[in-house]
Amino acid sequence: MSAADPKRFDLDDATAERLLREAQEHKGISLWQDAGRRLRRNRPSWYAMVFLIGFGLLSFLAPLLPLRSPVRSNLDITLHAPTLDGGDGNYLAALDPEADSALVARQIEKDYWELSSLDHGLISLRRMIFGSWQTGHWLGTDHLGRDLLSRIVWGSRTSILVSLAAALCSLVIGVFYGAFSGLVGGRIDNLMMRTVDILYSIPFIFVVIFLITLIGDYRQVLEEEWGLDREKVFYLVIGAVFWLTMARVVRGQVLSLKHAEFVQAARVMGASTFHILCKHIVPNVLSIVIVYLTLTIPAVMLFEAFLSFLGLGVEPPRVSWGLIAVDGTSAINPLRIHWWVVIFPALAMGCTLLALNVLGDGLRDALDPKMRGKD
Amino acid sequence: MPLLSVKNLAVRFETHHGTVRAVDGISFDMEEGETLGLVGESGSGKSVTNLALLGLIPSPPGVMSGQVHFDGQEISALSEPELRTVRGNRIAMIFQDPMTSLNPLLTVGRQMTEVLELHKGKSHSEAMRLAAVGLGEVGLSEPESRLAQYPHELSGGMRQRVMIAMGLLCEPRLLLADEPTTALDVTIQAQILELMAEVQRRHGTAIILVTHDLGVVAGTADRVAVMYAGRIVEEGPTHQLFKNPHHPYTQGLLSSVPRLDSDTSQKMSSIPGTPPDLAEMPPGCAFAPRCPNVQVECKSERPELLPSGVPGRSNACPLFASAGSAEADSAEAHP
Repeated sequence: MSAADPKRFDLDDATAERLLREAQEHKGISLWQDAGRRLRRNRPSWYAMVFLIGFGLLSFLAPLLPLRSPVRSNLDITLHAPTLDGGDGNYLAALDPEADSALVARQIEKDYWELSSLDHGLISLRRMIFGSWQTGHWLGTDHLGRDLLSRIVWGSRTSILVSLAAALCSLVIGVFYGAFSGLVGGRIDNLMMRTVDILYSIPFIFVVIFLITLIGDYRQVLEEEWGLDREKVFYLVIGAVFWLTMARVVRGQVLSLKHAEFVQAARVMGASTFHILCKHIVPNVLSIVIVYLTLTIPAVMLFEAFLSFLGLGVEPPRVSWGLIAVDGTSAINPLRIHWWVVIFPALAMGCTLLALNVLGDGLRDALDPKMRGKD
Repeated sequence: MPLLSVKNLAVRFETHHGTVRAVDGISFDMEEGETLGLVGESGSGKSVTNLALLGLIPSPPGVMSGQVHFDGQEISALSEPELRTVRGNRIAMIFQDPMTSLNPLLTVGRQMTEVLELHKGKSHSEAMRLAAVGLGEVGLSEPESRLAQYPHELSGGMRQRVMIAMGLLCEPRLLLADEPTTALDVTIQAQILELMAEVQRRHGTAIILVTHDLGVVAGTADRVAVMYAGRIVEEGPTHQLFKNPHHPYTQGLLSSVPRLDSDTSQKMSSIPGTPPDLAEMPPGCAFAPRCPNVQVECKSERPELLPSGVPGRSNACPLFASAGSAEADSAEAHP
C-alpha cells in the first residue's frame, strides 16, 4: 500500500523514518487500560475494590478457612459474647482425624449442608492445612449457640451469588437488549420495549411468592426431573426481572447516541451494526450502566435478605445474610442487648454495600477520559 | 467513463404527512480528481444525496430509486455487506461537526485504525503506523503522540484534520464532504479547504463538497450544482456560473450574498417567500411561487435540467432558453 511510502509527504527522509518507527512502537491505549490506571489513582475506589475482591475470595474459600460449623448448634453457649478464647462446643465432626473419607462426607452433610465436590475438596485441603484446629467464637454466638463468624462468611456466599447473578443478567441481557432495541428502532424497538413493559407490570414479589409456594407441592418431582430447587427458582426470577430497568436505561441512552455524529461516521466508514454496538455505543453507555449496577447489586442483596426474612428465600440449614438478620431480631429485646448478633452482620452487609457504591463512583470517573489527569 | 455517474437519483420518505421527496430525480457525472460543489439552502436535499450515494438511506421510511454508478460498480444494486466494503474504503465521508464526529471514549489512534483493520485487514501496529503517516500528511504536529490523545484534548481544527486523515486512510476514490468547514472559524476554514485541495492534488481523489456557503464553493469547486427542493436547478463550471447565473434561483442566491462594498443604507436583497413543503410540492417548477419572472406554464409543467447551449452548463429554467442565451454567450466570450 502506497500510504506507507514516506516519499509522498513533505517530510525529509530522516523525519519520516523516525515518525514511522515511533508510530509503529506506539500501542494504542485501550479504554480499559486507561480506566485501570485512573482507578488505581483514586484511593477510596481502589481500596473498595480490594475489599470487595478480598471479601469475594473469603466467601468463595469459606470451606478452606478454619471456621466452625455454621449449622451445628450448642445450647450450652447460646448468645455467647465475642471472645478470643478457643472456646468449645460445636466442633466440626468432619475434622475428626480418625474418620475415614466416607464418614467425613457424611459428617460434612451434618456440619454444613449438601456441598459441591469443589467444596468437599476445599474441606479436605483444610484438614491437611489446619488439622482439627478451628477459630474460637470471635464474633460470639447466636441464640442457638452457632458461631456468628462462620455464619457471616458462609452467608455471604448466598448474597454474593445472588447479586452476581443479577449483575450478570443486567449486564448481558439488559445492556444488549436495550442497546439493540434503541439502535434498530422502529417497529422492533416498539415490540421489544412493550415486552419489557409487560414484564415490568407483573408484580415481582407476588411472582416470587407464587412460584415458591407453587413449587412447594411439586418439589420432589421438580428436583428429580429438572434439578430445580427453591434457590434456582429464586435465581431465575431475579434473572428475569433485574435486567428490565437496565434495558430501559440503556435504550434511552442509545436513542440519544444513535444520532451522534460519531455513530453516523462509523456507519459511513462501513462498520456493521454489531461492530457499532460493541465499539461505539456500549462503551459510551457504560458509565451509566456501572452506576446503575452499583444500585442494583445492593437492591438484590436486600431483596434476598427480605425474602429470606419472610421465609421464602434460602432455607435453613443453609444460611444467608437475610436469615442471620431474622435470627438477629430475636436478640433485640429491652432486657439484655446482645449487640454482637446485630452489629456484626450489619457491619458485613453495610461495608459491602458501601464498598460497592464507592467502587461504582470511582469506575464511572475512571471510564470517562475527560477525567484524565483531574483526579 | 466518469468515476461517478448518478442517473435520476430520487429519495422519498413515506411519513405521516405524506410522501416527502427529499431528492427528486437528480443526475450528474463526476470525473476523477474533480471537485463538485453541491449548494443549496437547508432542506434542499444535499446531505440526503450524499447518504444515498453510500446507500445509507434508512428504509423504511426511505425509498431510494435511480442509478448510482461508481468506479465500474452499480452502487444502487449492491447488498448491505457489499456496500460496507465500499463505505469508508472507496467512498469516504467527512462530517460537518468535528466536535461530535469522533467517539469521545476512543483515542485518536484507536479510532483511526478502526477503518484500516476493518477494510484492509491490517495488524494493529501496521495500522498505527499508517495512521501516524496520515496525521502527518494532514499537517498535525507530532502525529505519534496525537495517536494517544483523546478527542477532547484536540481543538476543532485539529479534529477536522483527524477526520480528513481518517477519511483518506483507505485512499478512497471519492470523498464526500458534508459541510466540512461550517463548524470552524474562518481562518481554520481556509486551512481545511487548502488541505483538502492539496490532498486532492496528491491522490487524485474526487470530492463532492456539500455546503450552503457560496464563498467556500467559489474557492474550491471545479463545478457547481445548485439544488433547490430536491432537484438540481443549475449546473456548470464554478467560474462561469458565479459570473453569469442563468437560473433565477441562482441569481437570487448570488445577489443575496452580502458584500463589503455594498451600500449600507439599502436593505440586503433576499429571495421572497420560503422553500416549498417537500410533502406538498407544486406541480410545476418548485421555484415558481418565488420566481420574479414566473410565467403561466411554470406553474403547471415541471422543467427538466437541460444543456443550456453554453458548453458544460445546464439549467432547469425554460425561460432562459429564449431570454438569456444570447446575453450569456456574449458574457462567456469575454470573461
